[in-house]
Amino acid sequence: MGNFFKRVTIGLPYLWLCLLFLLPFLIVLRVSFSEPVLAMPPFAPQFDLSEGWQAFTDAVSRFTLYNFQFVLEDSLYTNAYLSSLRIALISTFLTLVIGFPLAYGMSRAPMTIRPMLLMLVILPFWTSFLIRVYAWIGILKPEGLMNQFLMGAGIISTPLRIYNTEIAVYIGIVYSYLPFMVLPIYATLEKMDYSYVEAARDLGCSALGAFWKITARLALPGVLAGCFLVFIPAIGEFVIPELLGGSRTLMIGKTLWSEFFNNRDWPVASTVAIILLAILVVPIVLFQNAQARAAEAGR
Amino acid sequence: MVRVKTLLTSVALVSLAASSTAIAQDRSVNVYNWSDYIDEEILADFTKETGIEITYDVFDSNEILETKLLAGKTGYDVVVPTGTFLARQIQAGVFQKLDKSKLDNLKNMDPAISERLEKYDPGNEYAINYMWGTTGIGYNVDKVKEILGEDYTVDSWDMIFNPEIAGKLKDCGIYMLDAPTEIIPASLNYLGMDPDSKKPEDIEKAQELVLSIRPNIRKFHSSEYINALANGDICVAVGWSGDVLQARDRAAEADAGVTVEYAIPKEGALMWFDNMAIPADAENVDEAHEFLNYIMRPDVMAKASNYVYYANGNAASKPMLAEDVIGDPAIYPSEETVQRLYTVSPNDQRTDRVYTRAWTKVVTGQ
Repeated sequence: MGNFFKRVTIGLPYLWLCLLFLLPFLIVLRVSFSEPVLAMPPFAPQFDLSEGWQAFTDAVSRFTLYNFQFVLEDSLYTNAYLSSLRIALISTFLTLVIGFPLAYGMSRAPMTIRPMLLMLVILPFWTSFLIRVYAWIGILKPEGLMNQFLMGAGIISTPLRIYNTEIAVYIGIVYSYLPFMVLPIYATLEKMDYSYVEAARDLGCSALGAFWKITARLALPGVLAGCFLVFIPAIGEFVIPELLGGSRTLMIGKTLWSEFFNNRDWPVASTVAIILLAILVVPIVLFQNAQARAAEAGR
Repeated sequence: MVRVKTLLTSVALVSLAASSTAIAQDRSVNVYNWSDYIDEEILADFTKETGIEITYDVFDSNEILETKLLAGKTGYDVVVPTGTFLARQIQAGVFQKLDKSKLDNLKNMDPAISERLEKYDPGNEYAINYMWGTTGIGYNVDKVKEILGEDYTVDSWDMIFNPEIAGKLKDCGIYMLDAPTEIIPASLNYLGMDPDSKKPEDIEKAQELVLSIRPNIRKFHSSEYINALANGDICVAVGWSGDVLQARDRAAEADAGVTVEYAIPKEGALMWFDNMAIPADAENVDEAHEFLNYIMRPDVMAKASNYVYYANGNAASKPMLAEDVIGDPAIYPSEETVQRLYTVSPNDQRTDRVYTRAWTKVVTGQ
């Protein structure tokens, strides 16, 4: 009985992954090997399994790598990938710079108010993501709250043009993903044994030195987890650049959108998505390795 | 035992009653139309008169509608694509032929408009015209006068495509539709070429023209300009006729000193047709036909046009149109102006890719 239960608990996540990750991935992969046609759905071959083995081999023989060649040759896609990568890296860095002190402060706060602080970090999730991003339009636009305040206070005389620029995209991403950075760092810092730092100080280490040599090192797994939790969704982000960014903010999410909607080219759209996934898998694997090593070292 | 039996009978009766009322109320129709494109009273009246519940959703780009339709099983029973998109979707097998025996109000339709529609839907077999309009220039009257002088008349695409003039309006703000199928034909027309050209080298010339004035464009967007014009945030927008006129009315209602006008440029403008059609996989086909027939009633169509400021393809509705609709040359242009309007045919896959690539280059600089 115990054995059965063990198998179920191990099997469930795998089933979950197969149904919600592997299966959709295979469907997208299949579309990326096909050609666009004017039909419903707009690609061929359809690869219909119900039509038997012959249809299957026929479809396989018509698979083409043309889309991959096409996407890799046009500089548009490379630039979109690079630009997404840059925006995601900068946002992750900014989120870390803001998130770490927050998490550190929370972990050093008195036990009694920690649950409340934690609540404050989670609270924004109670409002829809879309509405929160929309709210930023109201804050950042030329006649918005921020400009009204700054002009009212006499700090600036002409409204700052932040809405519809890349800066607005950074603000949106950092704001939206901050909790994903704060929570894992807080979790590691809270478990940290502070007597290590006290020992370092007793032995003559400076406050800054002790922080860098002890706290920062011990927080590293949390920092890594936070960075990946921000970086991975940020690179494929569509909603934030679409709503807050300007026309010139080129991100892969938007490129994918225009393949899908403007060109009706599902095969190329799928190819763009597959390549994005390949780009993401590398950091994910690196992260897994780092985690495994950290677990090893901790033992 | 008796008690159990009574219980069962009453349960059966209750569920029977429930299902029969369900049938009575179950008539529904799901409509997917453009945003800001109907007087909502029409929807309420339709439900009141026919007992058919309407689920009414909106979109603001043909591309979104098309992608949903091509994916299939949208759940919508009536959709409203523009002519060029309609033509391609008919080829892809998206729609079902209309059952004209259920549409006795077809007699109200304007033969001149139906004939133009045949370019997209030969024989008018799949769609009825809902509204038609033009793609022109909406502008803030006072601000444009302030910048370009009292005597300047807005009657030309120069305002957008001539860098000297557009450069002056830049700081005041110019918006452009984020729709290559609107702007590229307009650019070709301005350059004196065939607006319907599918030649990649022609499209490239159009792209160069738009790139040359790109620094003057504040934003490419297909619906935000209504509010931006009405609030006085921008000076000029390349937009759809009725949308600009809605901005004009919102500005007048707000009474904040903003006056918006619409101009059909003398070089010519795109004339487009938005049409109602029934997807092949629609579930409520009868109700969809009833809805189309209701929409084609002259009083209903007039009510819609009076509200959204677009011309309709319904000849019988003309006497019921408000004076500021039928009498406004921005909505019902004069015969002379109509001569200058052009229409375009649908793009094939290859041309669409050239279009989109050119557009991406324009919008993102990539």
